Amino acid sequence: MKVSVWKGGAEGSFQEFDVPRHPSQTVLDVVTYIQRTLDPTLAYRFACRVGMCGSCAMTVNGVPRWTCRTHVDKVARNDKVEIGPLRNLPIIRDLVTDMREFFDKWARANGQFKSNRTRHDDFEAVRPNSADRVQADAGIECIGCGVCYSACDVVSWNPDYLGPAALNRAWTLVKDERDGARLEHVRAVAGDAGCHSCHTHMSCTERCPKHLSPTASIAGLKREVLKSFIRGEL
Amino acid sequence: METLLWIAQRASAAVLAVCVAVHLATIIYAVQGGLTAAEILGRTRGNHAWFAFYSVFVIAVSVHAPIGLRAIFLEWLRWRGASRDVVLALFAAALAWMGMRAVLAVFR
Amino acid sequence: MSKGSSYWVAIVHRVSGIALALFLPLHFWALSTALELDAFLAWTRQPAVLVAEWGIVVALAAHFAGGLRVLALEFLPWHERQKTLAAAAAAVTVAVGLALALAL
Repeated sequence: MKVSVWKGGAEGSFQEFDVPRHPSQTVLDVVTYIQRTLDPTLAYRFACRVGMCGSCAMTVNGVPRWTCRTHVDKVARNDKVEIGPLRNLPIIRDLVTDMREFFDKWARANGQFKSNRTRHDDFEAVRPNSADRVQADAGIECIGCGVCYSACDVVSWNPDYLGPAALNRAWTLVKDERDGARLEHVRAVAGDAGCHSCHTHMSCTERCPKHLSPTASIAGLKREVLKSFIRGEL
Repeated sequence: METLLWIAQRASAAVLAVCVAVHLATIIYAVQGGLTAAEILGRTRGNHAWFAFYSVFVIAVSVHAPIGLRAIFLEWLRWRGASRDVVLALFAAALAWMGMRAVLAVFR
Repeated sequence: MSKGSSYWVAIVHRVSGIALALFLPLHFWALSTALELDAFLAWTRQPAVLVAEWGIVVALAAHFAGGLRVLALEFLPWHERQKTLAAAAAAVTVAVGLALALAL
């Protein structure tokens, strides 16, 4: 089959390779084959290759996916596959993007846990089926792969927008009763750069390989900001 | 501030949901068999209920439309900052003024 | 990049909003010329204008339905089948469009 792979930086182009097709072949298999036998200069990321780490996320036929969990049979059209780097991130080289902004926004969304207790206090008893915990649990499996960030149109349109992953993480912390910094989290996500810019396109929810729903989390954040606003906390 | 705009947008949307439902039903009903000025004005002249309804409609739209355009200006035109917000505030004022003129015109 | 149904509902919602924002000043101006309303209404009998009117009402219905969808997603408890809201919005819009077409 014909595989077009992005070569170069922001200024670059798709280069075509002839790759033998096999049953049960993944897109990561294809990229690996190209780098090992056809073009040793091809730069790409991967680690676990079994769908746990999210490192292999790339754009396949226009859609951000984990390449190790994308079967060629599922995406190839007329024996053709196009592989490019993740959208919305600066390209370092070929299929490798600079993830710094993705994680910087995570920090700007105040996506860090701040305990409300010290080592001298007793454990906080968290009931797993409390309403808050159920909502937090729905979002905590995020591994920061960047697929949602790449899928998001608002990220493309508004460079300040914190993005679905960072906001999803902020939500899980707001819903975590062990976190003592609720107001800090809420303040960090209010405004044009935060949850209010989500237009519920749901591309993030559609593409998340862990089947999370950042749209749901962001909707929750909108309600939390409203609550705090009414209470005069903001 | 941006939070307040979002809240105003959603609140005006809720108000408009009611206004639009009523307006759509009215228009579809009224338009049957053609529409004349006499028919429209026959309904609205001196009618305080319609006057109140359409005044609320106009104010809600004057809040809702500019805030909606604000996001579009930022995301599709890359327009940010004070100039964008000033233009939108003027548009809001224009809508409110023209709208109330229209409501008064069919009421008096 | 293939897009889901929610994306298209959102785009229709946005474009219809722009159309309505552009239309409203004209609408308000026409109504405030109440004394010459019959002459204006006669002008609106033209086929091209009728089609445009129908388009504007469909835009209103689409924006209304899409708006209800946004309010539901943001304020109502979250359910897995949120995509059905997109379908519901489309259905309402089509229904209104048909109703108006029959009335006109």
